[in-house]
Amino acid sequence: MRTLRALVWKESLHVLRDRRTLGVLLLLPVFQVLIFGYAIRTDVGTVRLAVVDPAPDAATRALAARFAGSPTFAPVATLPVPDGLDRLFRRGAADAALVFAPGFGERLGRGEPADLLVVTDATEPNTGATVASYALAVVQGFERERAAAAGGVGGGAAGLVPRVRLRFNPTAESKNLFVPGLVAFVLTIVSSLMTAITLAREKEVGTMETLLVSPLRPGQIVAGKVAPYLLIGFAGAVGVIALAQLVFDVPLRGSLVLLLGEVLLFLLVSLALGVLISARAKSQRVAMTGALLGTMLPTLMLSGFIFPVESMPRPLQWLSHAVPAKWFIAVARGVLLKGVGLDHLWQETLVLAAMALVLLALAARSFRPRLE
Amino acid sequence: MRARRVLALARAEVLHVVRDRVTLGQVLVVPIVQLLVLVHAATFVLRDTPTYVVDQDGSRVSRGLVGRLAASGHFEVVGVSASAGAGEEGLLSGEAALVMTLPPGLERSLVRDGRGVVGLQLDAARGTAAAVGRGYAASVLADAAREIAAETGGDRPAAPRIDVRVRHWYNPGLDYRHYMVPGILVALVTLVGTVLAAQSVARENELGTLEQLRVTPLARSELVAAKLLPLWVLGMVDLGIGLAVGKLAFDVPLRGDLSALFAAAAVYLVVALAIGLFISTVVDTQQQAMFVAFFVLNVYLLLSGLLTPIDAMAPWVEVVSRANPVRWFVGLSRDVLVRGAGWADVAQPFAILCVFAAVTLTLAILRVRKRAA
Repeated sequence: MRTLRALVWKESLHVLRDRRTLGVLLLLPVFQVLIFGYAIRTDVGTVRLAVVDPAPDAATRALAARFAGSPTFAPVATLPVPDGLDRLFRRGAADAALVFAPGFGERLGRGEPADLLVVTDATEPNTGATVASYALAVVQGFERERAAAAGGVGGGAAGLVPRVRLRFNPTAESKNLFVPGLVAFVLTIVSSLMTAITLAREKEVGTMETLLVSPLRPGQIVAGKVAPYLLIGFAGAVGVIALAQLVFDVPLRGSLVLLLGEVLLFLLVSLALGVLISARAKSQRVAMTGALLGTMLPTLMLSGFIFPVESMPRPLQWLSHAVPAKWFIAVARGVLLKGVGLDHLWQETLVLAAMALVLLALAARSFRPRLE
Repeated sequence: MRARRVLALARAEVLHVVRDRVTLGQVLVVPIVQLLVLVHAATFVLRDTPTYVVDQDGSRVSRGLVGRLAASGHFEVVGVSASAGAGEEGLLSGEAALVMTLPPGLERSLVRDGRGVVGLQLDAARGTAAAVGRGYAASVLADAAREIAAETGGDRPAAPRIDVRVRHWYNPGLDYRHYMVPGILVALVTLVGTVLAAQSVARENELGTLEQLRVTPLARSELVAAKLLPLWVLGMVDLGIGLAVGKLAFDVPLRGDLSALFAAAAVYLVVALAIGLFISTVVDTQQQAMFVAFFVLNVYLLLSGLLTPIDAMAPWVEVVSRANPVRWFVGLSRDVLVRGAGWADVAQPFAILCVFAAVTLTLAILRVRKRAA
């Protein structure tokens, strides 16, 4: 035990002495929280609207004014012909366009259907679809108003009115959503990537052999090398959660103890993965590539952190079941936003626990620092 | 600077890369795998929102709605019952992302007053998934309402109608991959340039082989040029491969002037390599180089509009992001590939990239000189 403590102390000194790496490890969570809190939004901002009106009349002007009056649309240009639209879009000067057909007001006055074309810049498809639905809502409001002005019951056409409640995140702010994913991300960097690289470095530089002749058993060497990162990882996770609470007011509705327990579980999984990768890697670069491909990318892309798992093709959805971060994020979202406890989260927790057990066992077996 | 000496060392560097399976994998295989996986994974387009229907009406209309929901292709009905508690349980356990409540008397009020209220509860903890699911649910309801109105209310006077057609330019099929491929290509080029440049110089430093090169007749600038030249070529090759994969595997449009894209990439790679070179001068070991490079790229890529549109960012972040070269190249790449822009349209971002290249390269070289002194 005393020898193990000495090794842990030595490894901690290593970590503390390497200021640059330590700086990155400590700054990374802070930067991530700030970037995601301030910069990353998935909601659609103001839409710059171009209006193409070949024959302005009272109706087209009224509808255009209605668009200008809505909080979403800001008119930037009015053109007589649609020819210049492409140019506006390409320069990024407009996001959407409203194209009136000639005789719009006249047809509307006669009670005939009048043609209106809504053009969106759908380079980013979600923005395109959302902008189109905003535009439709404005047009429907315009129709309702005209119908009411005409004084008929016609405005009350059969309708199924959705009454929407956004549960768990009523303001639909993306800042409330990023914390679980960020915790997973930070833990993956610190535990998987760092552990893999440190152990591989020891092999590459040849100091692993020096450790071998010490009275420590291989398991103890691994434990000693991994211990500081367990601490840093845990501190990073707590830091992300605390920062998000203090600066961005992100809710914590469930039990903090449960959340920290799950953090620990996920940390063990990540560390075991790091050890496993380093056992197979001969050099730091191999370890780094392996950790990036095997842990970082799946945590970023296949966990539901940024992109919803439900949207992916089936094979990727199956693959996502093998990504520990997916289960951790589900649990963390449950605790933070829904405020549910183990009675709802036992399945995810069980999966994480099973992963931790299997991976730790594999890691312990795989790590045999031998002379070659 | 002697071209022959530079080329000789550059050839040695190329041999290093080709002989070393790891680097070759890093450069050729990883990008393609990334492209193939990322492009499939990086999508906000929603299919199969797991939906629980609380049907308290039990009428023809309510059953019709359940059928419509399932048939729309956007929802997977995970359960139907009259119990609101079961719906709540589905939301809490995460089995359902949407609970649609059809209250008692829905059909009656729809027939009598022409109006009915349908409850939609969305799991907003799922973020975008909720917003998109809400849109699809609303359109299913609107379609159903229209059909019911056509069946029952034929006697009502027609209201003045506006026939709205929607056209989605540049991406009529709303295919997310067409949006992501140009962005991911930029990320690949950036990774190859910055990470490899930082790593290769830091590696020579760590192993002590940089010292050995110092006693050769090579000048410092020649050394830098020789180390970066092969990486620059690799970056361009990666872009070409990436474009080919994007075209063949995802049918991504290549609408604009490709010469503008490659010219911009040539300039942008200088920026990426200079940043990597700069990083290599502030670190001692490969490990530090990887971490600093990783950290810098992380901030750059997240603030570039690669994953989420710049327009949606807070206004001051948008201003800050103008100092980010990645932002300009991501924008240019999408302008050219998706919007079909030519030289005239992208002249501004191209000029900005040139300025970035000049500034970052000067800074990196000054830093290399200072360190050598």
